[in-house]
Amino acid sequence: MPHLDSQQALKQDGAIFRPIMKPTRGYAAIVCALLAVIAWAAYAYWWQLRRGLGMTGLNRPVYWGIYITNFVFFVGVSHAGTLISAILRLCRAEWRRSITRMAEVITVLVLFFGVGNVLLDLGRPDRAFFVITHAHFTSPLLWDVSSISVYLIGSVIYLFLPLIPDLAILRDVATGWRKRVYRLMALGFTGTEQQWHRIEKAISVMAVIIIPIAVTVHTVVSWVFAMTITPMWHSTIFGPYFVVGAIFSGIGALITAMVILRKVYHLEDYLRPIHFNNLGILLLVMCMLWLYFTFAEYLTTWYGHEPIEMTVFYAKIRGPYAPYFWTMFVTCFIIPFSILCNSRTRTITGTFIASLSVNIGMWLERFTIVVPSLSNPRLPVEFHMYHPSWVEWSLMAGCFAAFILLYTLFTKLFPMVSIWEIREGREVAVTETVERIKTYLPMEPKGEVAK
Amino acid sequence: MARWGMAIDLDRCTGCQACVVACKQENNVPFSTPAQAEKGRQISWIYIQTEIEGEYPNVKVRFRPMLCQHCDRPPCTFVCPTSATYKNEEGIVAQIYPRCIGCRYCANACPYSVKYFNYDEPHWPKQLEASLNHDVSVRYGGVIEKCTFCSHRLTKAREQADAEGREFRDDDYQPACVQSCPAHAMVFGDLDNPHGTVAAWSESPRAERLLEDLGTKPKVMYLKGGA
Repeated sequence: MPHLDSQQALKQDGAIFRPIMKPTRGYAAIVCALLAVIAWAAYAYWWQLRRGLGMTGLNRPVYWGIYITNFVFFVGVSHAGTLISAILRLCRAEWRRSITRMAEVITVLVLFFGVGNVLLDLGRPDRAFFVITHAHFTSPLLWDVSSISVYLIGSVIYLFLPLIPDLAILRDVATGWRKRVYRLMALGFTGTEQQWHRIEKAISVMAVIIIPIAVTVHTVVSWVFAMTITPMWHSTIFGPYFVVGAIFSGIGALITAMVILRKVYHLEDYLRPIHFNNLGILLLVMCMLWLYFTFAEYLTTWYGHEPIEMTVFYAKIRGPYAPYFWTMFVTCFIIPFSILCNSRTRTITGTFIASLSVNIGMWLERFTIVVPSLSNPRLPVEFHMYHPSWVEWSLMAGCFAAFILLYTLFTKLFPMVSIWEIREGREVAVTETVERIKTYLPMEPKGEVAK
Repeated sequence: MARWGMAIDLDRCTGCQACVVACKQENNVPFSTPAQAEKGRQISWIYIQTEIEGEYPNVKVRFRPMLCQHCDRPPCTFVCPTSATYKNEEGIVAQIYPRCIGCRYCANACPYSVKYFNYDEPHWPKQLEASLNHDVSVRYGGVIEKCTFCSHRLTKAREQADAEGREFRDDDYQPACVQSCPAHAMVFGDLDNPHGTVAAWSESPRAERLLEDLGTKPKVMYLKGGA
């Protein structure tokens, strides 16, 4: 049980407090730039609201474009946090301590943009609540609404619970309005033995619950496509394929955020090369899993050689969508694999480049799943290449800007590294881990017989 | 209850597009502007699909009127999150415009690509506004629309039969496309009526359903064109 000695925490882990207490210079400039992008996106959305979806580049039969691509992408990135942090917690991976918070925040914030993109895509957003009032449960879209809502609530709880002890520490050291906010949010946590017991129990229960929820979320997202009989959507492996892709892009987003936070907030002591090395290995594993699923998906299609499937297949491999497809292949596999498979390049810079590449690649993957299938329907329809309009690109930029803005705002209010978990690591876990390792080993042969 | 269906003899179809025009007029389907056409956003509940076989000089062109196939197991109604599209008790796949949220999932799920989205607000030349059909609601931007087998005509025919104090017969009701076909290439009626023309035509050895192997059970029958 770590001590809730706030003053000592402030002295020992000052680097974590600094971004919260002292606004860095240049922050205002970044906020202004982000706000400008968001304002432009708001203008674009107003334009689309007034004139309808005709302002997009969509047509018949390509009824879905980059809004749905973004939806799948953002929901995928949301697997960064909660899932990875929950798995690491359950495995008692000690190196998780300084990265869980950063991951969990990504999940909660990015989910809003996942859901938001579906709303942007609606022809009649004013009727979105019909999905609840006139719910039709055979629709995979409704499964999505259900599972994402549960995931969002679960992720918020899972972010909040480990935040409580940190809020208590902040309450004790902060002044002014911040003190009032932290006091309210800390829920009267004072660090008694019973409170510690309860919070640790709650965290471990949530860590178990959140994993199946996260898996269902992306499975159901894939089922929006796989439940139809559209060529190259109607695939049985889409569920696991999407979950793997989600974790892959999630780790990519996490590493990207970690490198930036480390640099900007001088968290070199907390995010050390070993963290990036370990996450890099995890990213490498997901990279190979992604290749495996992609290969399985495309090989079975090609070998079966059904004409209607092959039309979509060739549209991706050598047709109008080939540039997207092959860029995806390079950025999802070639670049990250060649960087990460070598321990000499699996450095902070190396993993950063790999994860940026994965982010781009996974967005393209979602795009090459959504669009080529739609533009090659079963019956001949006049082909019109889908080119997203300025409204769509602006809204996409706005989503990314708004996400970054919210994320940086969070860093200004709450510690991005879990203070109490670091302290727990120092004070309790080091000896505990030694004891645990001993239990893995055969008993000392001296005299005593095992009971 | 009737189970409405259609049969189209492709040997008789001349590709004259009278059905297309009649449908647009009957159902208040707006004119597409050249800009819309260029973007591939025309709305046409029925259109003539041309199928070209062979190469010059041995070319064969076939015409196929394409409309909603009114599947008995429609992929579009299953995926609608708000039940805005559904199959009614007489087998007509219908669309409730005020409930449609415009997600376009049904349009993507339809293997026949015959569901249309209103990307823009509908538009008619001023002179034609007076000729709008008052039995059919005008759709607005942001919703899906499709062929309804002119189901407003069914309602009207039933009322007419009631007013005349007689039984409703299935030949009281015909969609506009069938009515306007100069070559009599299209027939319409109750598929469950064994003495009806539609039932007779669909018994023909030439009869086929489009993409029948998908299990959608379409209620539009095509009589294959001969050699």
